Amino acid sequence: MSNYTAIRKWADEEVSAQRADKARIAIGLGTCGIAAGGNAILEAAERTLANNTEINADVVSVGCIGICYKEPLLDIEIPGQPRLSYGPVTPGETKKILENVFLHNIYEHKKSLAVIGDDAFAEIPSWNEIPFFAPQERTVLRNCGFIDPEKIEDYIANDGYAGLSRALLDMTPEAVVQETLDAGLRGRGGAGFPAGRKWTIAADNIRALKESKSDLPSYGYVICNADEGDPGAFMNRSVLEGDPHSVIEGMIIAGYAIGADFGYIYCRAEYPLAIDRLKLALEQAREKNLLGENILGTDFSFDIKLKEGAGAFVCGEETSLIASIEGNRGMPMPRPPYPAQSGLWGIPTIINNVETLNNIPVVLSQGAKSWAEKGTEKSKGTKTFALTGKVQNTGLIEVELGMSLRKVIYDIGGGIPDGKEFKAAQTGGPSGGCLPKEMLDLTIDYEALAEAGSIMGSGGLVIMDESTCMVDVARYFLTFTQSESCGKCVPCRLGTKRMLEILTRITARHGKIEDLDALEELAPSIRDSSLCGLGQSAPNPVLTTLKYFREEYEAHILEGRCPAGQCKALITYEIDPDDCTGCMVCLRACPTEAITGARREIHVIDPELCTRCDTCRQVCKFDAVLVA
Amino acid sequence: MTNLKITIDNKKIEVPEGSTVLDAARAANVYIPTLCDDPLLEPFGACRLCIVEIEGYRGLPTACSTPAADGMQIRTSSAMIATNRKTSMNLLLSDHPLDCQHCVSNMRCDLQYVAAYVGVRGKNPYQGERRTYELDESNAFYNRNLDMCILCGKCVRACDEIQGRQAISFGYRGFSTKITAPFDLPIWDSSCESCGRCVDMCPTGALYDKTELKHGLPTGETKTICPYCGVGCGLIVETRNGEIIGVRGDGESTVNEGHTCVKGRYGWEYVQHPDRVKKPLVRKYLLEGKKKSEIDRDSSDWDWAETSWDVALDITASNLAQIRDRHGADSIGFMTSAKCLNEENYLMNKLARQVIGTNNIDHCARL
Ligand SMILES: Cc1cc2nc3c(=O)[nH]c(=O)nc-3n(C[C@H](O)[C@H](O)[C@H](O)COP(=O)(O)O)c2cc1C
Ligand code: SF4
Ligand code: SF4
Ligand code: SF4
Ligand code: SF4
Ligand code: SF4
Ligand code: SF4
Ligand code: FES
Repeated sequence: MSNYTAIRKWADEEVSAQRADKARIAIGLGTCGIAAGGNAILEAAERTLANNTEINADVVSVGCIGICYKEPLLDIEIPGQPRLSYGPVTPGETKKILENVFLHNIYEHKKSLAVIGDDAFAEIPSWNEIPFFAPQERTVLRNCGFIDPEKIEDYIANDGYAGLSRALLDMTPEAVVQETLDAGLRGRGGAGFPAGRKWTIAADNIRALKESKSDLPSYGYVICNADEGDPGAFMNRSVLEGDPHSVIEGMIIAGYAIGADFGYIYCRAEYPLAIDRLKLALEQAREKNLLGENILGTDFSFDIKLKEGAGAFVCGEETSLIASIEGNRGMPMPRPPYPAQSGLWGIPTIINNVETLNNIPVVLSQGAKSWAEKGTEKSKGTKTFALTGKVQNTGLIEVELGMSLRKVIYDIGGGIPDGKEFKAAQTGGPSGGCLPKEMLDLTIDYEALAEAGSIMGSGGLVIMDESTCMVDVARYFLTFTQSESCGKCVPCRLGTKRMLEILTRITARHGKIEDLDALEELAPSIRDSSLCGLGQSAPNPVLTTLKYFREEYEAHILEGRCPAGQCKALITYEIDPDDCTGCMVCLRACPTEAITGARREIHVIDPELCTRCDTCRQVCKFDAVLVA
Repeated sequence: MTNLKITIDNKKIEVPEGSTVLDAARAANVYIPTLCDDPLLEPFGACRLCIVEIEGYRGLPTACSTPAADGMQIRTSSAMIATNRKTSMNLLLSDHPLDCQHCVSNMRCDLQYVAAYVGVRGKNPYQGERRTYELDESNAFYNRNLDMCILCGKCVRACDEIQGRQAISFGYRGFSTKITAPFDLPIWDSSCESCGRCVDMCPTGALYDKTELKHGLPTGETKTICPYCGVGCGLIVETRNGEIIGVRGDGESTVNEGHTCVKGRYGWEYVQHPDRVKKPLVRKYLLEGKKKSEIDRDSSDWDWAETSWDVALDITASNLAQIRDRHGADSIGFMTSAKCLNEENYLMNKLARQVIGTNNIDHCARL
């Protein structure tokens, strides 16, 4: 019996002992769940159990299952029955649902969401019938929301460390690299570079180093990039919080494949829960001899250290991240040499994203062929996205690559709220592009997005409706990239500054038509001559909005008008005399006393005094305030 | 070591392994504009002016940072390169005071030269906010006028890689990025040793010697050796109308490759100081053969008087002999100096041990 078989047997026994005849009440306590009030639900559940000793159940906390707009979530799993999900629940509803289910066998409740399983149960539909879940494919999120991330036995009992076991016990390092190449897994951190190719280069360099020098403390490093600095992105956080072992397992496999002996997880310090769970997971893995000396009884040794980031977006860039681990200011360095040639402390190093590494155990345990069945010709597998903005259902989703934007937005996302019209989808975070409605049928894969002028990025997906001003959107993203630029190279430091000044001018009514020429001249130069990806991609929001929404820029400049009615300097508030009843509500609400009028007489706004705060429009019950 | 065969603008050239594309261009006598590179410093890639096109490479790699490889085909000019260089230069200048006539760097300024080479003529298409800072005059020898700074990072790297002090670094982010001493304090409150290396390497008027404010361009230069210590750094003394107006390290000297310490770089004002002693001085009473016990120290007998080396040395020798005879050889001690040659130090040793007969001899470098 190999070491792994023994560990697996132990885990299965632990898990079945814990669950034997016992129900499980799972509360989603990722950062999203906690923010939505998950802790109060946990307390309510525990209180209910304490008051009803006849209920035989454990309360456990699990990671985020993705359906953020329904948080806080309450899941109930009774032996022999499918798992039921309820949300968003209040503490009072929690008590009610638990008592109903356990004491009266009543399962349906106005907050019942779905059966987390293939068949409906007690009138509650299967999650396969719920539009939010039905089109999704869970590979990366296979364990998130299902296992207790603080228990290694939960992970192992769900095939955890099976990939590592296969790699270490049945395969040569070369075969593991080959398997990763065969899978066609591309890096999920942004650029989509094939993981297997990166590993091949690193493995060659590590081999050469071992041949030429015999006295080094380390010959190769594996770094997990868990910096996730894109505003609004939380895909990596959910994986780290909900399934930390999957990333650790991926790193160990990567270390074995390339011949590295040490790993770092560079995690942003703003993810305290992820950091705690990673620390615990590392300890547990060491205890089980899955990490450290002679892993699983083989002669392969590998350990991992956690390094907290210092809160800079640019530290997610690989050379900058290396500088940060070395204790220097996070500033990118020119490549070549690439980290796989000369990385951390000059030693060959691979850097992979959380999600890339999370896929590796699946590639190894299922085999490349089976893993690569999903996706398109050149973009294999699935990808998680943080679906946010003006869309009904927001949350963490995972879809097969190659799905159309339309399906993601209208099926999973449930379309645009308040009957408004879709205007643009922004992919790839602050350095991605804005795609118009003509591109709704674009498939989500690396090539198609790049061709449209955007990027896959790490998985940000922001939906905008007709009330969004595209010039203002470009200005917003440029504000971010400019303030996060490391300041090293000229095109990025000064080019984004000048672009931002121009965009600010346009939204403040001072734009000139020549400004568009300057933007069109600056953008490609910044893209082509900046040192790192931050500068190279910073112009994307400007380039795509100029390409797809040029008429909005022109309206701002030539007509002094903001079509979306967002740019304060370009809009005026007026009261429609036909609709105004002279109720005086707006007059009293106006903070600047810009409205005049007597009771039952038509009110008038003085444009000189009006600060365009929008209060009057919001308070008017007769929709008499017009924005133009 | 093997040589790499490279083609650069159709010129074929061989360079040693480990060279960069910029090294190769320099060897082939092909000019590539640079602002953040220095052969003594590690590549940095900040100014983006040295961009070139290399067959098989994506985009526009920077010559200063790209390792040369065998068989490489490099082009140093094209429409694409010219446009991007011009944009970078215009952007740089849009955040620069451009008051060349009042700038200490005028006519010796890399930024000026490279801007002229790149050819940014006419109106700058990019205008906007400019960074301005308070002048940092805290250092005794040089000023920091960061309004002129183009953030090439040479000073930071010089201080780290050459002087080993790490007194300064990049601070803040984005447009607000700035070269700072720790906690953004004045440079005098940092670990700066005033070696002046950063000042020498600065391609603009951001760092300059205080003395530079007083003069125009030097009219003469003299190569010499630093008189201060046994290292023997090569110096270049800058003069104007026969007067020293500045000193900098001699880049051609194999001893120091242009580097100096604070003494050699800044300790030269004594040369022209009115108080400088140029001839031997002895107390007047000694010339008159009077005894120390007989004279009044408030009288002119106690004054210093110029004399010849022979007289001064005779007086010294006879007094030393007297002291030795009266109080014994160990009542005398000798102190030698780092400013002396080895031979001179050797002779001093002989004088102490053999002529006077004492082991009381030491050297200032031990203090
Ligand atoms: C400004 C900038 C920020 C980045 N931030 C991240 C990040 O937060 N997480 C990440 O995995 N990759 C980030 N990247 C991409 C990394 O440089 C690198 O390509 C990636 O970690 C490689 O892993 P992969 O091949 O598995 O995708 C960033 C790149 C840039 C230019
Ligand atoms: S592109 Fe921007 S972030 Fe990247 S090195 Fe240049 S200044 Fe820094
Ligand atoms: S928009 Fe604000 S300031 Fe203007 S009239 Fe309405 S309430 Fe007053
Ligand atoms: S630093 Fe150079 S370009 Fe700038 S003002 Fe001085 S001389 Fe002119
Ligand atoms: S003078 Fe010398 S020590 Fe001081 S900052 Fe410059 S390089 Fe560093
Ligand atoms: S002070 Fe001079 S050397 Fe230092 S970064 Fe600025 S321009 Fe470069
Ligand atoms: S005193 Fe300083 S500059 Fe002069 S020789 Fe010695 S080290 Fe060099
Ligand atoms: S000299 Fe190469 S980037 Fe500045």
